[in-house]
Amino acid sequence: MNLFNIIEEIENIDPEVYGRISERRDVIKNITSFGSKVALAAMPFAIGTMFKKAYAQSSSTPSVVAILNYALTLEYLESAFYNAGKAKGTALIPAAAATNYFNQVTTDENNHVTFLQGVITSLGATPVSAPEIDLTAGNGSGAGPFADVLTNYQTFLAVAQVFEDTGVRAYKGQAANILANKAAAEGVKAGLYQTVLTAALGIHAVEARHASAIRQIRGATPWITSTATLGNDTGLGLVNANYDGEQNITQGGVNVTTLKNATGGSTTSVAVATAAFDEALSMEQVLGILQGSFLVKH
Amino acid sequence: MKTDSQESMLNANMARRSFLRYAGVGVASVGLLATAASCHKDHKINPATNSIDLGAKGDIAILNYAYALEQLEAAFYLQVAATPYSGITSSETALLTDIRDHEVLHREFFKAALGANAIPALTPDFSSINFSNRASVLGAAAAFEDTGVSAYDGAGYLIDNSAYLLIAGKIVSVEARHAALIRNLITPGSFAGADVVDPTTSINKSATIADVLKIANTYLKTKVSAVNYGYKAS
Repeated sequence: MNLFNIIEEIENIDPEVYGRISERRDVIKNITSFGSKVALAAMPFAIGTMFKKAYAQSSSTPSVVAILNYALTLEYLESAFYNAGKAKGTALIPAAAATNYFNQVTTDENNHVTFLQGVITSLGATPVSAPEIDLTAGNGSGAGPFADVLTNYQTFLAVAQVFEDTGVRAYKGQAANILANKAAAEGVKAGLYQTVLTAALGIHAVEARHASAIRQIRGATPWITSTATLGNDTGLGLVNANYDGEQNITQGGVNVTTLKNATGGSTTSVAVATAAFDEALSMEQVLGILQGSFLVKH
Repeated sequence: MKTDSQESMLNANMARRSFLRYAGVGVASVGLLATAASCHKDHKINPATNSIDLGAKGDIAILNYAYALEQLEAAFYLQVAATPYSGITSSETALLTDIRDHEVLHREFFKAALGANAIPALTPDFSSINFSNRASVLGAAAAFEDTGVSAYDGAGYLIDNSAYLLIAGKIVSVEARHAALIRNLITPGSFAGADVVDPTTSINKSATIADVLKIANTYLKTKVSAVNYGYKAS
């Protein structure tokens, strides 16, 4: 049980953590009052509540429109990628793969673009324009590390997998930001929060379906199977940042490798522990990866 | 109840953490968890009807909802692995074993995280599934996975705490990965079929607690209700 390490870790990245929770001294007192009915095993969720309260007011959360425009930017990239691949026809994509995978995914990503543009417009805002894209990850040179992405099917598949896995992580990273906008969204229109969050989760799930399917085509496990030290299971060192953090084994304060496994053993392997939980990426992390490579930065 | 080993671990941590200077000063209630703990009666099976209710509205109820679904999935895949269907390939065995391991870990995670607030173990009823038949097993697996995805997606907005919402997100995408695999095993290319993903918006369908429990209860001897979310098992 690493509950107390959470506070230690947050202290490392946020030295003001004690200041933030000082107004919550009641909670601090109480988390150590283990004479209460609350079992130690239940504490991760209490800790989560405490930090949520400590940080809720002070962090700068992007608005719903900003989140949707961010999602739209990612969908523009995916949609441009699949449309470019599809335009190459069987010179790039074998007919069976087009039927069993790429036609569906291309349609889905184009639909996501249209849907997000519509939602943003319906909120009285302006959807961002499509970014300048370099599918070779060369920042506009057209000669990046994936230079043969539209001529070599294996490269195309690899980039597809990385886009889908990263897309899943990116949407996951915005769920909490949408929740932080709950009151604002409900102020605009009753039910808007449920609509936006459910739509975001629904796209998130579709990206995960895509990720699973593309991984099956590539002969990889449909889920991300990390090691203790490396989140990236693609074998492409170039995309380590896209998978960084997938090696996490601590969920809600519980080290899940200490939980019993399916065959009666008292611990769970790192492979299972990392595959059973997908991890999030923040907006900053995703844009840091994409800008200057797939998204051209001048 | 805490165990001796938990107590000693706690003491070791307490001794070196400066924030624990706040410790032991008061013995007030612990907010969310204590409130839920006081509703502990909600989390016992009613022996007369062999049923259980998720209890008071709130995050604990939603987490127990997830825990119930994960219990069901884990029990199903444990059975699949124990009695493989005829003609199962080595690749299918490996994939279904992985899924079993994920679902068992999800179950164990919720059990550990909910602690005293967890609902008890539910008794499954898989009498409608023919475990020796591939189509029957994979059909049931797809139903469990697709239902699980739509359940998490449909209940996300009911979660108040961002840390729990994130954990739900971490699990639902893995369920979606499972769903896509199982669907492709049944029919190649059906990983995002129109029955589960809206063909116009390409958004995964979501389901209410009532819709999901109605389906889940057909596979459970212990019936699960969520009266405060508008569903009572019949």
